[in-house]
Amino acid sequence: MDFGFIFSSAAGELFSPTTAAYALAALGLAVHFGYSGLLNFGQAGFMAVGAYGFAVSTLSFGVPFFIGLLIAVVCSAIFALLLGIPTLRLRADYLAIVTIAAAEIVRYIVTTNQLTSVTGSANGLAAFEGGFYSMNPFPEGSYLGMNNRDFFIRVVGWGLVIVCCVLVWLLMRSPWGRVLKGIREDENAVRSLGKNVYAYKMQALVIGGVLGALAGMIFTLPRGAVQPANYGTELTFFLYTCLLLGGLGTVLGPVVGAMIFWVVLSLTQGILYGLIESGAVTWLNTVQAGQLRYILVGVALMLLMIFRPQGVFGNKKELAFA
Amino acid sequence: MSEQLNVPTQGNTEKIDYMTDSRPIAAGETAPGCKKRDPIVVAENVTRSFGGINAVDVEYLEIPRHKITALIGPNGAGKTTLFNLLTGFDMPNSGKWQFEGNSLAGVSPYKVARMGMVRTFQLTKVMGKLTVMENMRLGGSEQPGERLSKALFKGLWGGREKEITAQANVLLEKFKLDAKKDDYAASLSGGQRKLLEMARSLMVRPKLVMLDEPMAGVNPALTQSLLDHIKNLKAEGMTVLFVEHDMNMVRHIADWVVVMAEGKIVAEGPPVDVMKNPAVIDAYLGAHHDVDLGDAEGIKELAAELVADEESIVGTEDAGIIAIDVVAGESDETEPRKKETE
Repeated sequence: MDFGFIFSSAAGELFSPTTAAYALAALGLAVHFGYSGLLNFGQAGFMAVGAYGFAVSTLSFGVPFFIGLLIAVVCSAIFALLLGIPTLRLRADYLAIVTIAAAEIVRYIVTTNQLTSVTGSANGLAAFEGGFYSMNPFPEGSYLGMNNRDFFIRVVGWGLVIVCCVLVWLLMRSPWGRVLKGIREDENAVRSLGKNVYAYKMQALVIGGVLGALAGMIFTLPRGAVQPANYGTELTFFLYTCLLLGGLGTVLGPVVGAMIFWVVLSLTQGILYGLIESGAVTWLNTVQAGQLRYILVGVALMLLMIFRPQGVFGNKKELAFA
Repeated sequence: MSEQLNVPTQGNTEKIDYMTDSRPIAAGETAPGCKKRDPIVVAENVTRSFGGINAVDVEYLEIPRHKITALIGPNGAGKTTLFNLLTGFDMPNSGKWQFEGNSLAGVSPYKVARMGMVRTFQLTKVMGKLTVMENMRLGGSEQPGERLSKALFKGLWGGREKEITAQANVLLEKFKLDAKKDDYAASLSGGQRKLLEMARSLMVRPKLVMLDEPMAGVNPALTQSLLDHIKNLKAEGMTVLFVEHDMNMVRHIADWVVVMAEGKIVAEGPPVDVMKNPAVIDAYLGAHHDVDLGDAEGIKELAAELVADEESIVGTEDAGIIAIDVVAGESDETEPRKKETE
């Protein structure tokens, strides 16, 4: 077994663009669930709206990169409003039901055969990332063992994560964030103090949704393709895993949670495959090993909930009274 | 029906000390639904039914300004429902109601609160995972940083935040919560949460404070200071409406008592008069309501009353565990009187 390779590929996951995308989307969930108590089970839908909004506007309308970005963000904001208007006046569980359904609706719409010319159906869309890479300021060459394209997307992805973390941190320390946390605890009490709870919840839903859309773009750009299969319900649950790993009501939690998630997946894959190849494990093939990884993530999450329920960054005191 | 009654009230006259203001509260005869000299809230034909049961059916009610009004009545009388209706947390089936002349029909709860009508809840609502101080700050009004557009820039809201914090510190000290200000609200006891909720509602600087059972679960040692706080609200020009079951509290601090039963206003008036009202005694108070069982004298007094009462078994050989010598303990010297059967 080549432990050097296993650890280096695990370390590579730490700063991969996919990890950045997961971190961003989980940060959006932290705004939704961690700070505002909004049970959004459709973050994958927001990511899909972002990714498809960008890809479709680039391929079908030939808009430049930043216009495409803007369209993606606006689409996700509209998506959030559509979900929020009927549900945010109701109890929290209604939002959960509507978001999980809406995310599936988005996925089924882009898979529809009649829309193949626009969305590419199940095969998805490709070759829309040219506008992004044409802005690459790094000349050809090797950067920390990566080519200039890989390096560029990492710089942009993690730059975006840092900017969004700072913004969310600034928002959550402000009185605006305090009202959100109050709503999470008891929205009627906040209402009785003269705050427009509905408007605050809507703002939080839109902000978290836009973070999800940005994550969707960071997720698709390095792949150069967007496919509906990537935006299933399990994606939302992976994001919740990241969020819970890191700590709910924290800014750095989702980021570190996403890193842990991908490093653990990569390590377990490397070790399992190594064991299978060396013949130490005969009762498992590599396909099964791929599935087993997710079981192990689930076990890790359970252990975490039992022994450190507040997550890596969470405040133990906050949970003492839960 | 929004005509202003008997206009010469405060405002144009010289400053009135609301603590000692002894002008009559009612504009005319004291009767259920009577007009007040200076009402702050007027409710008319407000009804709310839950599946055929009329939880609230108020024909006419005025709450006097700058006074402490108690709303009493047996369980299920519709007191809390009336609170919910007045503050917009629930919508009545019919009726009109107004606060300082502004109709409140269809006004959402947060707007009602901004108009100066702030309530607390029977089941205390504190934000457990926020500190006591943050709970208080949440009540602060006109904080520009609560707008998303200004939240990012501390320069725009830092100044107001300091004022709010200062205001919160004063209130926390008054309510003896200043030592707890950096603790999570969830770590407070039930009584302290009641205090925090009341203090938080005062952060809004309301004109009318509506307290839903402010004394429930509060340690008797704290009760006295809480009573003083409520009385002092009046001195600061606020109007208080509270629901309470503790008759002693009602007697001590209320200027006016409104009695509800089965959704209707059955009586109102100054506390002394209302408690003599036979309808109120029947519906709610019970025959021996004026005895304070909290002290030993009260128990003796009640025992003496019951001994004299023909329907009571106290004082007969059947008394068992409610016999005077059992209840009042060894300190009691009165011998149970043999009661002859008629």
